Amino acid sequence: MKVSARVAGTAVLAALTLALTSCADDSTGGGTPTGTNGGGSSSAAAGTIKSGLKIAFLPKQVNNPYFDTSDNKGGKVAVGEFGGSYTETGPSEASPSAQVSYINTLSQQGTDVIVVSANDKDAICGALTEAKSQGAKIVTYDSDTKPECRDLFINQASTEGIAKSQIKLISDAVGPAGGEIAILSATANATNQNAWIAAMKTELQKPEYAKLKLVATVYGDDQDEKSFQEAQGLLQAHPNLKGIISPTTVGVAAAARYLSGSAYKGKVALTGLGTPNQMRQYVKDGTCQAFALWNPADLGYLAAYAGGALASGLITGKEGDTFTAGKLGKFTVGANGEVLLGDPFTFDKSNIDQFDF
Amino acid sequence: MITTPAPVRARGAATFARRLLVARELGIALALALLVAVTTIRNPRFLSAQSIKDLLLGATILAILATGQAIVVITRNVDLSVGSVLGVTAFATGVLFKDHPGTPIVLALLAGIGIGALAGAVNGGLIAAAQVPALVVTLGTLYVFRGLDYTWATGRQVNAADMPHGFLSLGTRTILGVPVLALFAVAVLLIAGFVLRSYRSGRELYAIGSDPDAARLSGIPVGRRVFAAFVASGALAGLAGVLHAARFGTVDANAGLGSELNVVAAVVVGGVAIFGGSGSVYGAALGAALLTTIGSALPVLGIDPFWQRAAVGALILAAIGLDRVLAVRTARRLRGGRARDA
Amino acid sequence: MRESARRPLWTVLWSWDALVIVALVLVIAVGTSTIDGVGTPRFYRFVVLEAIPIALIALPLTLVIITGEIDLSVASTVGLTCCVLGQLWHAGVTSLPLLVVLSLLLGAVLGALNGVFVTVFGLPSLAVTIGTLAFYRGLAYVVLGDRAVADYPVSWTRRMISPIPHTTIPWFVFVVGALALVFGILLYATPVGRALYAIGNNDVAAGFSGIAVLRTKFWLFVATGACSALAGVFWTFRFASARADNATGLELSVIAAVLLGGVSIFGGRGGLVGVLAAVALLGVLRNALQLADVPANDLTIVTGSLLILSVVGPNLARQARDRLRRRRPIPALERTQ
Repeated sequence: MKVSARVAGTAVLAALTLALTSCADDSTGGGTPTGTNGGGSSSAAAGTIKSGLKIAFLPKQVNNPYFDTSDNKGGKVAVGEFGGSYTETGPSEASPSAQVSYINTLSQQGTDVIVVSANDKDAICGALTEAKSQGAKIVTYDSDTKPECRDLFINQASTEGIAKSQIKLISDAVGPAGGEIAILSATANATNQNAWIAAMKTELQKPEYAKLKLVATVYGDDQDEKSFQEAQGLLQAHPNLKGIISPTTVGVAAAARYLSGSAYKGKVALTGLGTPNQMRQYVKDGTCQAFALWNPADLGYLAAYAGGALASGLITGKEGDTFTAGKLGKFTVGANGEVLLGDPFTFDKSNIDQFDF
Repeated sequence: MITTPAPVRARGAATFARRLLVARELGIALALALLVAVTTIRNPRFLSAQSIKDLLLGATILAILATGQAIVVITRNVDLSVGSVLGVTAFATGVLFKDHPGTPIVLALLAGIGIGALAGAVNGGLIAAAQVPALVVTLGTLYVFRGLDYTWATGRQVNAADMPHGFLSLGTRTILGVPVLALFAVAVLLIAGFVLRSYRSGRELYAIGSDPDAARLSGIPVGRRVFAAFVASGALAGLAGVLHAARFGTVDANAGLGSELNVVAAVVVGGVAIFGGSGSVYGAALGAALLTTIGSALPVLGIDPFWQRAAVGALILAAIGLDRVLAVRTARRLRGGRARDA
Repeated sequence: MRESARRPLWTVLWSWDALVIVALVLVIAVGTSTIDGVGTPRFYRFVVLEAIPIALIALPLTLVIITGEIDLSVASTVGLTCCVLGQLWHAGVTSLPLLVVLSLLLGAVLGALNGVFVTVFGLPSLAVTIGTLAFYRGLAYVVLGDRAVADYPVSWTRRMISPIPHTTIPWFVFVVGALALVFGILLYATPVGRALYAIGNNDVAAGFSGIAVLRTKFWLFVATGACSALAGVFWTFRFASARADNATGLELSVIAAVLLGGVSIFGGRGGLVGVLAAVALLGVLRNALQLADVPANDLTIVTGSLLILSVVGPNLARQARDRLRRRRPIPALERTQ
């Protein structure tokens, strides 16, 4: 009677849902055919990457200039070279649950290779495993997941190499008297950040760095504003701070900007991982003596080639596999499926004008 | 003889109400002073010139946003899209300077305010014309403006190196130790406070917030006033965006993300009742200063900075509770006066 | 009450609920035929997985909004529940049922706190829940800081998202269905349900007519808290990760779905059918557009525009209709927002 209209509505909705779920019968094949044979049109000649592969880049967040360089100036170029089709997609904020949604979408679209920089080493594993079961190859770059969820990890530089370089740079900048130092990191769960910080702490225990004391680690979440304010907070909370290490391009740029406009310019040393374009004026005005990085475009380039090689069956990701990455040359897969791009490169006043990225 | 006590009592109730308002703002000022004192005792560097400069700079943008929000909240509405408007104008400023390096700063300021006012007009138009609740509309425009910002920016970022030096120095220069940006906030505050107190259209905003139906019936053009309030809020958010670009230098599409909560918190803590009809922009600015200081003071006091968010939430709850107690007491006083009159 | 018994069929078909269902069917139809990947079993699986937390919270929140209140703190409750869950797990609580029960209790307590502020202290729910939004999220950060707890047994994770046999739809959808049934019966077939509409239309009059307004509202807030906690449990195990920033911003998706489903923000109008259809619609739309490679930003714009349209549309339509009937449009009575 009086509830009939509502009941009718509920019944319609329920019927609809049931109809949909009955259509959602899962046959054992499942989904659209993907896998090493799915994307290609031509078969692979021995040693070359198949053409027509679908490669998708999924960075931590899309509105980040570092990933804009690595994906669009590196990955896209590489994919064009071996005749694949390139897309870049991802969330606008660096959140793992948003990345899961995109992984699911890419898997449904039959992507052959997903190149992802993980916001959290565990949270996206489930989605990646499901994508793998549908035939996609997973390559992580910049920030890794648990090794069992991916096929290869393209590491921009070895963890120890980065840590050594950062500690050496801050030690040189602070001077032989030593003092208190702090780290301004990105997000607290970023795999790469935590690996580097742990290695830096180990490096600090060496006798030559006995005068350096790490007093705080703060997180700027890879947001310019927050990093700026965290740098400010560090200096207020630790009056004797002598140096800041910020192993993230957003963080080091924000810290440099704060220091150079404050009374601490030149008194508190700064180093980190930064891009030449952002750091140029601060190197020249003395806020930052030297910093390190690699070429993010090379990272994306290598990741694309690695993914292409995987999807073409040229390598399987086990230790010892070798493949060629276009103009970068030959690379060998190391332990745990890790491929190393190279060593970090130090930028300072003498060479910073030679670069444009 | 019988009638004389009544006006005295009514006047007494009105002065009581006004005294309460002042007491509310004084209360926040007192809390602020107490916090600064305690923190300085713990670490004298907290009151160093650099530190004060940082505090004032940090509070400036929030204070400007809070001023605009207060105007809207007084009319019993809310504007959740201010963060997105700030983001759009900050990025617009960056792009303007990057593509046309010779632009005078005044032009950039006007452009930012203009864009903000336009956004506010969209909000105000929807709310006044379609008579839809502000919460929903500004929630929607929060999404829409931010989405437009992202689409326009497409991952780009304007670096501090691309901005003219004169503009960036706005963010760091001081006059007699007071940062130039803070002077902007003070000017905005004084103008807004003056209009709200001394102009009829300003007073009418309070009437609309107290009882919109009564206001409409007594001839106040409610739709037009609410529209103007949202335009003002948008314009101030636009100004805040330009100043944000000056302060931080590097702008991308994420500027101002999530700042709506802080703005509403500043306004509520500052004594502007969320139910409308009372409060002042001075209180809102004080609330902004208090929240900013808490953020800086916590690490100095050695309290885990993770408590800051919880502290802000607890403050909002305390402020709302206090407002409620005061409102009940005022109503009782007013009722007591009138009852005796009859 | 009497009129709905004699409502002609065409008004039922023209009702907001029906419109949303029609829109849902249209979107599915258009999407399946034009976008590659829409309409496949895996597509529905992902849509349902994402929709479950939103549906869980939207059900009690609909009732709350019908009574004229609002609860913005739901996402923070989800986050805090995730963090406490993670912390309990690390503290040695290894029994899954116990963890779930404790989480639900926590959610009920958090909801009760909202309820106390609104009913006992008489504070406006918008302001209170903005405060508790910040407070609960802050507590989540205090509990877990910047860390994440992610070392749960794989069997738990798998169990949470495992599908109904012979389909790809997660079994958890039955939990949502059961809750929908409970809330539906409550709303449509009990006096309490009718009372909710009465409270939403005029709570003073409702109080005078014998309805226990404050007690009803209190228990609605408790229910919302408990359902948010359940969503938190699902979230934790679906992503196998408990973090302080879990579900940040989820309240906007839930409110968007509730409002799009025809529930009036002023209270007193709306129902669960439209809300569930709206949850499905938003989920299908978002996933379909993602499959069509529409960038994330455009999705944001679409969600926001839909939200605005869902309130502006009916109001403008009503004004136009009133003007056509030559009646002066009566401005909507302002309520607490």
